[in-house]
Amino acid sequence: MYTQALNARDDAPAIRPAEELEQEARFQARVDAEERIEANDWMPAAYRKTLVRQISQHAHSEIVGMLPEGNWITRAPSLRRKAALLAKVQDECGHGLYLYAAAETLGVTREELTEQLLSGRAKYSSIFNYPTLTWADMGAIGWLVDGAAIMNQIPLCRCSYGPYARAMIRVCKEESFHQRQGYEIMLTLCRGTPEQKAMAQEALNRWWWPCLMMFGPPDASSQHSDQSTRWKIKRFSNDELRQKFVDATVPQAEYLGLTLPDPDLRFVPDESGDASKGHWAYGEIDWAEFKQILAGNGPCNRDRLAARNKAHDEGAWVREAALAYAGKRRARQAA
Amino acid sequence: MSTQTNKTVTPLWEVFIRSRNGLAHKHVGSLHAADATLALQAARDVYTRRGEGLSIWVVPSNAITASDPGEKGMMFEPAESKIYRHPTFYEVPDEVGHM
Amino acid sequence: MTTTSIRVVETPLVLYALRRADDALVLGHRLSEWCGHAPALEEDMALANIGLDLLGQARSLYSYAAEMEAAGHTEDDFAFHRDAPQYRNLLLAELPNGDFARTILRQFFYAAFADLYWRAMMASPDPTLAAIAAKSEKETAYHLRHSAEWVIRLGDGTEESHRRAADAVAYLWPYTGEMFEADAAERALVDAGTVLDPAGFRDAWDKTVSDILAEATLEKPAAGWMQQGGRSGRHSEHLGHLLAVMQSVPRAIPGATW
Ligand SMILES: [Fe+2]
Ligand SMILES: [Fe+2]
Ligand SMILES: [Fe+2]
Repeated sequence: MYTQALNARDDAPAIRPAEELEQEARFQARVDAEERIEANDWMPAAYRKTLVRQISQHAHSEIVGMLPEGNWITRAPSLRRKAALLAKVQDECGHGLYLYAAAETLGVTREELTEQLLSGRAKYSSIFNYPTLTWADMGAIGWLVDGAAIMNQIPLCRCSYGPYARAMIRVCKEESFHQRQGYEIMLTLCRGTPEQKAMAQEALNRWWWPCLMMFGPPDASSQHSDQSTRWKIKRFSNDELRQKFVDATVPQAEYLGLTLPDPDLRFVPDESGDASKGHWAYGEIDWAEFKQILAGNGPCNRDRLAARNKAHDEGAWVREAALAYAGKRRARQAA
Repeated sequence: MSTQTNKTVTPLWEVFIRSRNGLAHKHVGSLHAADATLALQAARDVYTRRGEGLSIWVVPSNAITASDPGEKGMMFEPAESKIYRHPTFYEVPDEVGHM
Repeated sequence: MTTTSIRVVETPLVLYALRRADDALVLGHRLSEWCGHAPALEEDMALANIGLDLLGQARSLYSYAAEMEAAGHTEDDFAFHRDAPQYRNLLLAELPNGDFARTILRQFFYAAFADLYWRAMMASPDPTLAAIAAKSEKETAYHLRHSAEWVIRLGDGTEESHRRAADAVAYLWPYTGEMFEADAAERALVDAGTVLDPAGFRDAWDKTVSDILAEATLEKPAAGWMQQGGRSGRHSEHLGHLLAVMQSVPRAIPGATW
């Protein structure tokens, strides 16, 4: 998902003293009992490291995620859409802000995390490295990208780490309008002129597969999931969430009168005997493309990082001015 | 942990919001700002966009002194056995009515 | 080639509403250009909030203009189907964002006027205008607070921020005079008691601006020559580009619903 790059393996566990193993057992017992872990609580170093990486990747994704949609704020075709889109992209900024703050409770600073993003060392969701080419992309992103994000984020509201869980509760509350505004855009286009409907279909064609990739590599090749599941950071596997997303989206696309760009898509009834119960099987995902995007070779990776770097660099004098003024005022008050 | 100088690190603030009259301020999150005035403005812009608040407090994060979770036993468990502090500890016949 | 531009019958009241609506839309649009690019996440949030307030004000004022014109036009017709010469906003509102100092000072100069103006307009005998004024005044009071605090910090911050703030003051100053102008059409409304003469707010504006610039250790320029033309549709080169971007989608498929 927004933290899909977590599938890199950690260093092999070192041999640890008995005391630490005991602490770890107590920690795991608390997690098993669904107790929340708070910032000052003892936690295994690997738990802290995993969380910092996951939360900061999530934060980076929200912030970089402002750019593809931000690309259309100035071109929103009605004042109502313009206000909704600006409010929506602003929300994503807020999400990034809440999440950086949650990561900071683990002993890193926003400056450090920002530096990791700007230098290209940190990962963020692959989806934001695709370009937004028409107004219909605002519909497709809200409907599909935010839809996929919500699916992933709702279980995170119960994450074992308290500050992350609380940030996610706030995020999920705000997300609720994002998907609806996207779907409404799609619906309006689909009920509009033939050109508009074609625009909607074309956007869906481009965004569908990248959205399925958002959930991360298939479970079979995902290495982090076990430990994250034990720590109750992750509650559903990549494939489970992906399937849930496909099942939810197929009827929504049908309602729009749009075709999902997957010739292999077919309904597979489950064993219940009820023919309406089952799942939508989908075709092969192009994981080679996914890997390339994560490696920095997506159509927009360079532009996205350049835009964030530009904002950061051009804002430096402003942040310095505010700090300098605060320092002067303290000095004046002390005098 | 940080290698940056103070010149480039904008302080962290904790934000508390009173959502309705009569309720206490509640911690809602954090933000960065160079001084208290900017922190208050940012708190308004970040945390009250959906009518969440009527009053805001901002406190520098480093002004907060927290209890040590390692001392949880000493700090909080002794209170658990003082059941006589709770009204349900005492028996009053039903006929007496609500008390 | 057929045009998708509308024709507006600009009675004094329609013209009045369009002028204020265009100020709010064009300035709000400029602020929305910052989204994703501000100096800090907290300021990204703040600029978007101000932009959203202004968009809201624009929408209320366009709706009022539509009602007064009674020609079946909508807020979107006014926003997306008028050409630059039909736009009636202040030149100040359309000037490019520049750096953060220029954006903040532009906001400050405008809000210092709009706050006073809307507060007084709450007493307008026209109930719609009074209601719009009441809502706008609260929003604008905050825009003024926010921008003034930043003017002070930029002016009295570092050498670089002082220089940038001073440059912004110098660049924007010639565009501040237009806020206080009223032509014959507007004067008719003033005489009828429906709206207030913007010229009446000059002294109070001057005082706010003097106080904040002084606190910011910035020099206030002498009165000097003032640019104008926006109110009658003679704009800077910048507005055409802004509108070309803003109107591109609805103009591409005439008659479509979005
Ligand atoms: Fe998102
Ligand atoms: Fe988000
Ligand atoms: Fe979202």
